[in-house]
Amino acid sequence: MSELWIWILVACAAAYATKIIGYLVPAAWLQHRLVTQISGVLTVALLAALVAMNTVSGDDGLAFDARIGALLAAAVALILRAPFIVVVIVGAGAAAGLRLLGVP
Amino acid sequence: MDDALKDDGRLLRLTPAARTGLSISLAVALYGISFGALAVASGLTFWQAVALSALMFTGGSQFAFIGVLASGGSPATAFTGATMLSMRNTIYAVQLKALLNPAGAAKYAAAQVTIDESMAVSTAQESRAEQRRGFWITGVGVYIGWNIATVIGAVAGDFIAEPEALGLDGAVVAAFLALLWPRLRSREPWALAVLAALVTTLTMPLVPAGIPILIAAGVAVVWGLISSRRQQEVAA
Repeated sequence: MSELWIWILVACAAAYATKIIGYLVPAAWLQHRLVTQISGVLTVALLAALVAMNTVSGDDGLAFDARIGALLAAAVALILRAPFIVVVIVGAGAAAGLRLLGVP
Repeated sequence: MDDALKDDGRLLRLTPAARTGLSISLAVALYGISFGALAVASGLTFWQAVALSALMFTGGSQFAFIGVLASGGSPATAFTGATMLSMRNTIYAVQLKALLNPAGAAKYAAAQVTIDESMAVSTAQESRAEQRRGFWITGVGVYIGWNIATVIGAVAGDFIAEPEALGLDGAVVAAFLALLWPRLRSREPWALAVLAALVTTLTMPLVPAGIPILIAAGVAVVWGLISSRRQQEVAA
């Protein structure tokens, strides 16, 4: 087996370990009132972080491009109470449209 | 409200959570085509690309792994980058255990499909049945789509357009914003969301990929501790 294959399998095992370890936490730890409370704020923070990360991530840090237009268009759709799938299509349409106009 | 009352808890029903999961699966899976194509272009064999999608199955880590190799980095560096990007999955897993508590063998399957999208769809739902449905349908849906797309991309990569031209990266941004939106009902979650987004953006150029989201999670824990103490003071 080549060295690359070994690193691939080790990396896959490490990724699985990061996932399973969370499920092996003793259930009693999660009964605490504080955990429930933090879980709520954690969801908001993680979702906001994922929005930011997917909007401005670039090869070396940050990149500002058509994804910002997609974010704004999606926000307008949400203010107008559009259903989920419409918001996603609006986001895709905005990014694709801006790129047609020459935005990176 | 009626839907929640009628919900019999069966996993495979076309409820709002299921529809959300399926549409995200489609958008994200199409990215698998570019993963398969880039993996082969960066020197991996077909089976190595397929193994990464089937076994690693965490998109950011997979792109990081092949990105390091493509830029001439060592496999050990590729391993480190991929693992750092996967550390956020631990936080998701703890949250999902608290929410759904999959028992026995189910938790080993749940772990494999614990990713940004399945966590996001699940935690965005109100009822337990919808949280469970959102997690499994999104996780398994993305898994199937991502792996099929990886095969297509690895075989036919050069012939398929960039996902950016279709605006798929914009679709992913819109999907995460739409999942966050219902939670922004008062001033406190708004403030936290803006803070978390700012912290993530400002730290992205400074620390390795994958770490900013862990810093945002740390900020949220501190935020939760402070607001819980304040509530206790008000109660006392």
